[in-house]
Amino acid sequence: MILFLEQLLNGLQYGVMLFLLAAGLTLIFGIMGVINLAHGSLYMIGAYAGTLAAMQTGSFWLGVPVALIAAALTGLVMEAVVIRRLYARDHLDQVLATFGLILFFNQSIILLFGRQPMFTQLPDLFSGAVEVIPGLPYPSYRLFIIAVGLLVALGLYLIINRTRIGMLVRAGSTNREMVRALGVDIRLLYTLVFGLGALLAGLAGFLAGPVLAVQVGMGEQILLSTFVVVVIGGVGSIKGAFVAGISLGVIDTMLRAFLPGMLRQVMAGPEADALGVGISSMGIYLLMALVLLVRPKGLFMAGS
Amino acid sequence: MKKLLTAASLLALTTLPLLAEPLKIGVITTLSGPAGYLGEQVRDGLQLAIDQEGGKLGGVDVELVVEDDGLKPGNGLQIADKFMNEEGIKLITGIIFSNVAGATVPEVVENDAIYISPNAGPSNLAGAGCNKNYFVVSWQNDSLHEATGAAAKALGYKKVVALAPNYQAGKDAIAGFKREFGGDVTEIYTQLEQTDFAPEMAQIRAAAPDAVFQFHPGGMGIAFLKQYVQAGLSKDIPMIVSEPSADGVILNAVGEAAVGLKATTHWNADFDNEANKAMVAAWAAKHPDKPLTTYGQQAYDVGQLIASALKKTGGIDDLDAFRAALKEADFTSTRGDFKFGPNQHPVQDWFMVDIVAGPDGKPMWVTKEKLRDDVGDVYAAECKM
Repeated sequence: MILFLEQLLNGLQYGVMLFLLAAGLTLIFGIMGVINLAHGSLYMIGAYAGTLAAMQTGSFWLGVPVALIAAALTGLVMEAVVIRRLYARDHLDQVLATFGLILFFNQSIILLFGRQPMFTQLPDLFSGAVEVIPGLPYPSYRLFIIAVGLLVALGLYLIINRTRIGMLVRAGSTNREMVRALGVDIRLLYTLVFGLGALLAGLAGFLAGPVLAVQVGMGEQILLSTFVVVVIGGVGSIKGAFVAGISLGVIDTMLRAFLPGMLRQVMAGPEADALGVGISSMGIYLLMALVLLVRPKGLFMAGS
Repeated sequence: MKKLLTAASLLALTTLPLLAEPLKIGVITTLSGPAGYLGEQVRDGLQLAIDQEGGKLGGVDVELVVEDDGLKPGNGLQIADKFMNEEGIKLITGIIFSNVAGATVPEVVENDAIYISPNAGPSNLAGAGCNKNYFVVSWQNDSLHEATGAAAKALGYKKVVALAPNYQAGKDAIAGFKREFGGDVTEIYTQLEQTDFAPEMAQIRAAAPDAVFQFHPGGMGIAFLKQYVQAGLSKDIPMIVSEPSADGVILNAVGEAAVGLKATTHWNADFDNEANKAMVAAWAAKHPDKPLTTYGQQAYDVGQLIASALKKTGGIDDLDAFRAALKEADFTSTRGDFKFGPNQHPVQDWFMVDIVAGPDGKPMWVTKEKLRDDVGDVYAAECKM
């Protein structure tokens, strides 16, 4: 029971990470129609900038605004210089250009900081473990990540559903042409959405720093799962990104945690683990295939 | 007169000693990613041995040609082919990871080139897969962890959870640990380059063992230890590791939470022999910011071994003579006792170290006792050379 609960928390924490990345990606994809492979680079830039600031100043909390600002600024510049030229082009051009951006950012980071990963210290406040229920101490930093993720989800919900900007975002993801025809400055909206997406990616990157390693290519490791979240959740839907992100996080962790153990009952250790890991890493893709069979446009396709 | 001059100058040319090209040593190693510092240690350790002789090994000018394999077996193979076919390199070393070694070493040794391992010693190349062109200076993978198994047994643990990445060296690690430990072992295989170990932490907590044995080299080890501490497990369940999972870089990254860990090793900086003292002092002078790890020490010993052979042969043109000279291992190892077994893997001693707070507050290794004396590996008997 305790084991199950702990794995559930692990899954929740991973799911929240996926959500933070997928929220931006799904908006950019849904509203602007751009496939942005370089979203993982924004995650990496947030992680590097925030971690550097935290190391220089010695304060974890000062890293947060630096990560957000660095990622958002990079996002805005990226939108103005590269992405803006891609709106009218087809998806292949977008994929090529944003893949080029990945290479560009990865090499830039290697030139600036080298290939070695940076390891960050946890903030003192969250360096220990909290006893969630008796007999289950859980790292308080991971609980903090979960809390931040849920807060961001709530904030996004309020922005999207209760504000004028949110109304435009919803309208934009449903019918872009109509929004433009009604005289809304769609270009400004695009820039805002891209900046917001970049900001969330930067936040996710910085939060991931102390748990994972801050290193070149960290974005690509998580990007693929993020795309699966976007596809399952429905392109352009924040709600979809939330539901799909959390479920995929939990399902992936549960499969990874329990499948090898079950297989080990019937076969030898390393083979069971290899097979278990293989199947569990296929798990989310199988799920995606199933969802697409039943709902070809994802669970919560915007405007459906 | 003119003819005479030409003849004289031609003659002078032939008698002048030709400016010899330095002997190239190919270094294929992992320089990028979380395990990138392992390759750096190997490169720097080799270079240190060369610098100490003023750019030579055994009196022969040498030059390192270093390439990064990125922890990808395919890259390792490609670099080896390039070294041998395009650059004519006949002497290769450097590989850190057993999966890269597994793909690369056979290609090298079957093409009449010498490979000397400064680290990886996978089981499949130690027994029936051994080769006269393949030497291992570090250790055979299993024996590295057999020492840890022996230590866990000596400490009286009965039930242990053993974790290692699911690749050749990880399997060798758990096999080696179990062989000497003999108690109840729960095996958990992780993934190479995994960074989040939260699910494994939960499994360890649920299993409630007497101790945890884990093998995670490089950045994986840093992540694992940190998360072990964060999960609050370090207070209740002691951890015992072999040298790669507690090297100086890992200890620095984890900080004081690493104090109290138990580790086993074939070498420690505090060993009292002249060769070791010279190396430790030279390293500290050259790399004051980098702790010297076993990877650096192993590579330094590779340099000493090559020097001992080159001193006898003067070059590697006569491969048979060079090979025979290598096999004699006629050098003073920084670890103390060293000789090659029948499969050209080391026969050496193993030690237990305590991890204590050093004078600067950083955790460091202090040698506690010798665990095993003059041991080779279990695969040597299967090697028919």
